[in-house]
Amino acid sequence: MITFLTFKIILVALVFVITLLVAAYSTYAERKVAAFLQDRIGPNRAGPFGILQPLADGLKFIMKEEIIPVVSNKFLFILGPCIAMMTALMAGVLIPWGGTLTIGGETYALQIAELDNGILYVFAVVSIGVYGIMIGGWASNNKFSLLGAIRASAQMISYEIAMGLSIIALVAITGTLSLSEISAQQAGGTGGDWNFWNVVYHPLGCLIFIICAFAECNRTPFDLPECETELVGGYHTEYSSMKLGFYLFAEYINMFISSAVISTLYFGGYNFPFMNDLGLDQNMITIIGTVVMFAKVAFFIFFFMWIRWTIPRFRYDQLMNLGWKILIPLAVANVFITVASYLIFK
Amino acid sequence: MTLNLFYFLSFLAVLSALMVVFSKNPVYSVLYLIITFFTIAGHYILLDAQFLAVVHVIVYAGAIMVLFLYVIMLLNLNRESEPHKSNILKFAAVICAGLLLVVLVGSLKGTEAIVQQSGKAGIGYVKTLGEVMFKEFLLPFEITSILLLAAMVGAVMLGKSEKTNDTI
Repeated sequence: MITFLTFKIILVALVFVITLLVAAYSTYAERKVAAFLQDRIGPNRAGPFGILQPLADGLKFIMKEEIIPVVSNKFLFILGPCIAMMTALMAGVLIPWGGTLTIGGETYALQIAELDNGILYVFAVVSIGVYGIMIGGWASNNKFSLLGAIRASAQMISYEIAMGLSIIALVAITGTLSLSEISAQQAGGTGGDWNFWNVVYHPLGCLIFIICAFAECNRTPFDLPECETELVGGYHTEYSSMKLGFYLFAEYINMFISSAVISTLYFGGYNFPFMNDLGLDQNMITIIGTVVMFAKVAFFIFFFMWIRWTIPRFRYDQLMNLGWKILIPLAVANVFITVASYLIFK
Repeated sequence: MTLNLFYFLSFLAVLSALMVVFSKNPVYSVLYLIITFFTIAGHYILLDAQFLAVVHVIVYAGAIMVLFLYVIMLLNLNRESEPHKSNILKFAAVICAGLLLVVLVGSLKGTEAIVQQSGKAGIGYVKTLGEVMFKEFLLPFEITSILLLAAMVGAVMLGKSEKTNDTI
């Protein structure tokens, strides 16, 4: 028997550690996937198959000399990576990582906070995430950093609109803004309670959402804020040591959280097919469900990396055209088409 | 607990609002304004209006202030390039702001009775808000959206008026 509060604290600590762990191993996975796609071997020196590479990288980041430019605004220079890291970690609170566990007669949901408007909270966190980049880029007092920061802010605002519009159809049809309810509605089974994943009903919305998630995470093909061929290192040109590490880490955490949100909204979250027909205990289903959730997340992280080595970077005007002239009208059309067809074929 | 939170948030809101005015560096002003918006969102949560709080953060802190910061960073204002305003202008600004304060205080003085009535449970939920907006106040809501659409079209037209031929 554990109290509600103890359970929540354990869950917060677990999600925090797992998030950092996944982010750390995403850096390793990124290099391994890149190596695989380019027919190389990749990191293989630290430990078997280079499995200790993230540890070595982390140690290197901490041990490196830290340089804060004299001309920079010192307080904001330090604040930038802190905000980036903090906002990246905040969104994990809302994700339902699994169903419910029953321990000693008490039922616990594997979700830190259940909010009536969970998706909107995620959007709010995403929308303030850009401050880390903007403040860091401006405080560096470097033209390249400033250009990177400005690109990041313009890009994020543009794609936030399309992202927000892309989920309207989903929200209208599921009738809820709560992430746990959206996952629960996609629970799989056979016969009477067969529910398809939302991606079946909202293929276009899902596509737009994924594209916008790429842009929000500053991942290729939308990594213009740190476009190294034009801007040296973009917004983190002046950063060194662990502060740079924080920026890079925040990007991987964002990727992890985006993958989790994509799986929750469109790919069934912790649900898996035939989950109610196996005759298993509820606790067992929850544990398998959590594993399935992480498998889906892992797939989407791989997908992010796969795209990185497949599609070249956009030009900045192409990025803006795609955001404003293609994705936003498509998202609006998606709302009309989906809702109209729902009303007709209901 | 709630009262203490209210005092803390109010203190933070007033302090950061004052810092917006007193900061020499415009970027600091904007950052303090963002803190002010967050404290106001906190107030909304205390009033049981979670939806409003989240939308407030998305729209004001997440979008409008990013644009503010964007413009200020591009302008790169500093002490040398700061436009010097005459004393008359400053005086006029103080009077205008003071009058606005009088109007706000005057309009909010009589609202005490109304605030106490609205303590219904779940008043800030999306469902409640949606029902009010799409049933009770449908016409004002639609008129507001038409106003916003008109403003948007106007902005696009203004942006388009300077037509140049050098396509990138």
